[in-house]
Amino acid sequence: MGFAAPPRPSLFPPAVWTGVLAGTAILALLPILNLTFADGSALHISSFTIALLGKFMCFAIAALALDLVWGYTGILSLGHGLFFALGGYAHGMYLMRAIGRDGVYQSDLPDFMVFLDWKAYPWYWSFTEHFWYCMLLVVLVPGILAFVFGFFAFRSRIKGVYFSIITQALTFAAMLLFFRNNTGFGGNNGFTDFKRILGFTITAPQTKAVLYLVTLATLLGALLLARSITQSKLGRVLTGIRDSESRLMFVGYDPLWFKLFVWTLSAVLCGIAGALYVPQVGIINPSEMSPANSIEMVIWVATGGRGTLIGPIVGAGVVNGMKTWFTSVLPQYWLFVLGAIFVLVTLFLPQGIAGLVRKLWARRTAPRAVADPAAGGVS
Amino acid sequence: MSAAEPIVDNPDENPAGSAGYGHVVPANVDLSHGGILYLDDITVSFDGFRALNKLTLDIGVGELRCVIGPNGAGKTTMMDVITGKTRPDSGTAFFGQTMDLTRMSEPDIAHAGIGRKFQRPTVFENHTVFENLELAMKMDKGVRATLMAKLKGEQVDAIGATLALIRLEEQAWRPAGLLSHGQKQWLEIGMLLMQEPRLLLLDEPVAGMTDAETERTGELLNELRGKHSLMVVEHDMDFVAGIAEGGIVTVLHEGSVLAQGTMDEVQADERVIEVYLGR
Ligand SMILES: Nc1ncnc2c1ncn2[C@@H]1O[C@H](COP(=O)(O)OP(=O)(O)OP(=O)(O)O)[C@@H](O)[C@H]1O
Ligand SMILES: [Mg+2]
Repeated sequence: MGFAAPPRPSLFPPAVWTGVLAGTAILALLPILNLTFADGSALHISSFTIALLGKFMCFAIAALALDLVWGYTGILSLGHGLFFALGGYAHGMYLMRAIGRDGVYQSDLPDFMVFLDWKAYPWYWSFTEHFWYCMLLVVLVPGILAFVFGFFAFRSRIKGVYFSIITQALTFAAMLLFFRNNTGFGGNNGFTDFKRILGFTITAPQTKAVLYLVTLATLLGALLLARSITQSKLGRVLTGIRDSESRLMFVGYDPLWFKLFVWTLSAVLCGIAGALYVPQVGIINPSEMSPANSIEMVIWVATGGRGTLIGPIVGAGVVNGMKTWFTSVLPQYWLFVLGAIFVLVTLFLPQGIAGLVRKLWARRTAPRAVADPAAGGVS
Repeated sequence: MSAAEPIVDNPDENPAGSAGYGHVVPANVDLSHGGILYLDDITVSFDGFRALNKLTLDIGVGELRCVIGPNGAGKTTMMDVITGKTRPDSGTAFFGQTMDLTRMSEPDIAHAGIGRKFQRPTVFENHTVFENLELAMKMDKGVRATLMAKLKGEQVDAIGATLALIRLEEQAWRPAGLLSHGQKQWLEIGMLLMQEPRLLLLDEPVAGMTDAETERTGELLNELRGKHSLMVVEHDMDFVAGIAEGGIVTVLHEGSVLAQGTMDEVQADERVIEVYLGR
C-alpha cells in the first residue's frame, strides 16, 4: 500500500544548526582572545566580559532546564532557583575544603565553622574534600529532592498554579533553612573566598577560561540532549501532557512517570548550572534561593520564547544583559524594568524572541512556502 | 484462556493506583459464547433520580449496535458504566464471559480493550495527524520504551492503513488543530483504532458534522463492521437508519430498554413513536 515513511528531521533545520555552531564558535573564541591579546590591543576581550558571559551561560543552562518542564510539559516551576543553588552549594563544599589552611583563622575548618566554635566537620560534610564526590552531590542532591517532591506532587495530581505555589514555598523554606548558621552552610554569608579548584588558582585567567569553556560545552551538550528528547516520541508525550493530559491518559500513558522524568532531569541540569556558576562568581549564599530568583528564571524563558530551547538561552542572555546595564546605571529601577519586560512580553510577544524571529523568517521565505506539498489539501 | 483469568496486573509497577498503563500484554477477553458485552439489571441513581433503571443489554462479537434515545435517556451514563467512570448501584456488567467491569479501574478497562470516543472530540492539536496516531498506537507506553521508540516499517504501514481508513492521508503532516470538526472526529476514531480495541464505544459521532461528513462517517463505520465490535449512540435517526442495515437497534428511554429490533421494527413500534419519533 506504500504509505511514505515520515520524514525524519535532523536535530535542527540547517539554518538553526548554522546559528548554533557559529554562536558556539564565537563564544569559544572569546576567552582565547582574552588570554592571547594584551589589554589595549584591538582584539582584547576584557576579563570582565568573560566573567559576565560565563555567568550568563550558567543562567542559560538553567533557562533551558526550566523550558523542558514549563515550555514543553506545561509545569510551571517557581522554585528552580533551589535546584540551581543546591548544585552550587554542593560544589561550594568542595571549594571550601580546597581552601585548606589559607583561611583567616588558618584552621582545617572553614572560617564560619571556627567562628561558630565547631571542632569538627558535621557528618554531612564527609568526603567533600573529594572533587568527584561533590560532583556526584551536584547531580544527586537536586535530582533526589526533585524526584521525591515530584513523585508526591504529581501522584496527588497537583497541577497548575497550586504546583507553582508549592515550588515557590519549597525554595523559600530552603532559603530560611540555609540562612541559619546551625545548618552548617555558612548562614547568610554562604561560601566565599575560594582559593583553588583541583589545585589551580581559582582567580587565574587560565582557570577562568577553562571554567568558561567547560560551561560553554555543558550548555551545548544540554541543548543537544534537550533537543533530542523533545524531538523523540517522549517529547511528543510531554507536549501531549501540556496540551491535554486526560487525552494522554485515555491513549494509555501514565503522565506521572513522564512528568517525573522530565522534572528530575530538569532539576539535575539546573544543579549542574549552579555548580558551574559558583567557581566563576566566587560566592554562593542563600539569596540564590530567594523566590525572586526563581521568578526571574521564568522571565528569561518567557522573554526568549517558551518551548523553543534556543529561545530561553537567548532570553537568559538578553534579560541578564539588560540587568547588568541597568544595575550599573539605574540600580533602583531594575525591578520595575524586569516587571515591565514581563508584562510587555506577555502582551505583545507571547512566543517570545524566538517566536518573533520565526515570524520574521517565515515572512522572508513566504513566497517559497506555497510550493510546500504539506500545505496543500484542506479547504 | 482459563475462565478465571484475572486482568494481568503487576502491583509493583503500579503505585499510586495508576494500574494498567503502559502494559503491552493484553488481558484475555473470553469470547467463547459469542458475546462481548453483557449488561444485566444495571441501576444508577443520582440523588434518587434513576439515570439507568434495570438496564439489560448484550452485544455480540463483531456487531455494530446502534443505540438511540431522547435526551436524558441514559445513553452517556451507560457508557460511563461500561468504561468504569460511574459505578452502578446494582446489576452486573461483563466484558466477555469473565471480566467484571464494575470491579475494574478506568485504565484497566481501557487496557482490556474497550475504547471510547467522547461527545466532544479531543485530539492533540499541536501534533500532526500522523503523530496523533503514532501516540495512540498500541505498544509499550512506559517512559524508557517511549524515549527509545523508533517507528518500524510495519508500524508506519499500520498508521498508513488507518490514515486511509479515516481518509486523512492528505492531512498526515498537518497539525491536528487545523482539521475541520468532522476530520477531528475521524482522527479520534483513528486513534481509538490504533489501540486495537475489542469493543468501540462511540458517543454521538456525527454531532456537529456537515451532511457530507455525516455520510462519510457512516461509510467509515460500515467499513469497521465485522472487524470490530461497536456500539454507536446517536440522536440522528437518518444516520442510524443509514448504518443499521439489518442490525439490531436498541431504543433507550428513562434508563431502560424500551424496544429492540431492526430499524424497521423499531420505527414501527407504538411506544417508540410515542416517546421519541412522534415528538
Ligand atoms: N453526574 C450526574 N449527576 C446528576 N445527574 C446526572 C449525572 N449524569 C447524568 N445525570 C442525569 O442522568 C440522566 C441521563 O443522562 P445521560 O447523559 O446519560 O443522557 P443521554 O442519553 O446521554 O442524553 P443526551 O442525548 O442529552 O446526551 C439525565 O437526566 C442527566 O441529567
Ligand atoms: Mg449523552
